[in-house]
Amino acid sequence: MTLSTMDFYTQAILSMAALIGLTSFLMLGQSRLLRMIFVFALQGFLLTLTTALVAYSMDNGHLYISAALTLVLKVMFIPWMLRREVIKMNMHRDVEVLTNKTAVMMGGASLMVFSYYVLHPIVHTTTTVMLNALAVSLSVVLLGMLLMISHRQAIAHVVGFMSIENGLFFAAIVATNGMPMVVELGIAFDVLVAAVLFGIFFLHIRTSIDSLDVDLLNRLHEVDK
Amino acid sequence: MIAAYLLLIIPLFGIAFFAFAGHKADTGKVNVWLNAVSLLATLWLAINVLNGGTLLSADKAFLVDSFNVYLIVLTAFVGLTTSIFSAPYMAHEKELGKLNDARLKMYHSMYQGFMLAMYLVLTTNNIGVMWVAMEGATLATVLLVSLYRTPESIEAAWKYFILCGVGIAQALFGTILLYYAAVQIGDGGDNALLWSVLFEHADKLNPEILEIAFVFLLIGYGTKIGLVPLHNWLPDAHSEGPTPMSAVLSGLLLNDALYAVVRNKMLVDGATHTLIAGHLMMGFGLLSFLVAALFLHRQTDIKRLFSYSSIEHMGLMTFAFGIGGSMATFAALLHMTVHSLTKSAIFVTVGHAAQVAGTQNISKIRGLIKTQPRIGWGLLMGTVAIAGFPPFGVFTSEFLVLLATMHSYPWLAPLLLLGIGIAFAGLFRHIQPMVYGDKPEGQMPVKANLLPVMIHLALVLWLGLAIPGFLADWFSQATVLISGSAPL
Repeated sequence: MTLSTMDFYTQAILSMAALIGLTSFLMLGQSRLLRMIFVFALQGFLLTLTTALVAYSMDNGHLYISAALTLVLKVMFIPWMLRREVIKMNMHRDVEVLTNKTAVMMGGASLMVFSYYVLHPIVHTTTTVMLNALAVSLSVVLLGMLLMISHRQAIAHVVGFMSIENGLFFAAIVATNGMPMVVELGIAFDVLVAAVLFGIFFLHIRTSIDSLDVDLLNRLHEVDK
Repeated sequence: MIAAYLLLIIPLFGIAFFAFAGHKADTGKVNVWLNAVSLLATLWLAINVLNGGTLLSADKAFLVDSFNVYLIVLTAFVGLTTSIFSAPYMAHEKELGKLNDARLKMYHSMYQGFMLAMYLVLTTNNIGVMWVAMEGATLATVLLVSLYRTPESIEAAWKYFILCGVGIAQALFGTILLYYAAVQIGDGGDNALLWSVLFEHADKLNPEILEIAFVFLLIGYGTKIGLVPLHNWLPDAHSEGPTPMSAVLSGLLLNDALYAVVRNKMLVDGATHTLIAGHLMMGFGLLSFLVAALFLHRQTDIKRLFSYSSIEHMGLMTFAFGIGGSMATFAALLHMTVHSLTKSAIFVTVGHAAQVAGTQNISKIRGLIKTQPRIGWGLLMGTVAIAGFPPFGVFTSEFLVLLATMHSYPWLAPLLLLGIGIAFAGLFRHIQPMVYGDKPEGQMPVKANLLPVMIHLALVLWLGLAIPGFLADWFSQATVLISGSAPL
């Protein structure tokens, strides 16, 4: 089945999946924090569009609420908070040198292949678009983890954390047309509280080690030294 | 069912009360009263279940059956006894200048927030809400870990936040896959995530999707259980946070995460009809058990020591649920109860011991029995109980796990015995010099309320000698529910 024979909705969802996957890679290779935050906001915006699209085509009222929540939380509030933090810490001119960028990007690519491999067993019980959507969202989750591993700034960790959340949200929207309302509201509440807590933590870490480089958080050891 | 709603309203009121009036004196006592009322509500709930069997609320949002009812009572009980310990303990910490009023206010508010999350995890019938509440428990406790604002505690809290946050995101992916499978059998809408509905139709769910989902669920909730190799946050969070927090984290949070895994495993087992989920749990459980037993030997911090012991016991429970037979399941249910009681009692004693010695460093805590006999003996008795000596309840459950292992997987029994032995040696080589011997100069007794410890240990002793009839009934019914066959 080629792309052009599918209906408009399927084509749109597949394109969205591809774009969201792409934004994850863009974040992964980013060495400037402000640009990373911008790409994160872009990913949130794509997610909002996807949600609105699903809401429109399924004629599902409560998904519009989810779309609005995503817009407010992930496109506006969290990027705004992170951006403010970066500027306050005067980190917007810093370039973080990624050790072995090529390996990280290759690792990201293999994670994407791995996601398809993991979800392949369900291929005969589902449509191609679902498989793609689930695989892309799993790879966004895994790429978010890789982002957290490969970057040292606490801000980048938060971006990775939140983009994991984005990947999960994409799976919930596309594969299942949204979770029950009570669960979605709960998840949005958790994300909001997490974002506020991250803000508090930045303050604590800054006052404690005078930096947001989490490599300096190294006082605790598994065993005695 | 009113009792269940009451159970959620009381902590909610508590959060608001402490947030607005938390600067008043004696908030510690208010916390005790709130937890006492919660315990009464759970007892009411338990009597309802005892008389009427499984309770399902009218909108099917809440479910209380024989599997979670005793965990609910246990949660409220440990919550209460820990708050009794917490009141003078936190007052003492304030006197030492480690805390101020604002932080104490947040502490009490979040204590109730944590209790709310725990009750919600246990009572909800919706596995999506269960995830939300589990994440809520992380969010409520993360600022408590960094309560003292030392660089170490901030590092521990950050690690806890990131690891558990990322970990539990995996569980959400598993839940989404589960929902996806439920939607496929034409059960979309608000009911599709209800556990009772899914359990009824479990055999119709797509086994391939559920297998993948379970891997994510186990990794996700397993991070919170503290399964090796996802356990790194646990010793840090336990050792750097205030001691009452360590007691409820070890006694309640780990249990509830395991509860979430088992609830999901029941659905997966119903769909796949294979042992795959059980084998995964056995593997992770045994690995955690053995690794944590070895790590016990190399600890220098008394709270880290006992948090590794928690990992060890959670590993054993996960292993037992993984075996999945009726005897193993019964043993795991019993072990959840006795471990929770014993470990929270130990953390309470450890908190006092650390205040007596003025440090958490094992090599500096000496001669506790000579300084303050009650604390020394409390610590010794607690350790004897947790190491699995008869006649305490931990012995009974560990013995049953061992029997079940010999029955189903005899070649794993030596590993289990070895682990128990290593853990025993690891605990006692540290505990013995701490309780016996001469006291260092200048070591003074502190004001300590050891009533919670004694009640807990007495209960563990009672459970070791004879399990009361109604509790045995609940364990048996839960065993039938989980494993499909009656024990003994």
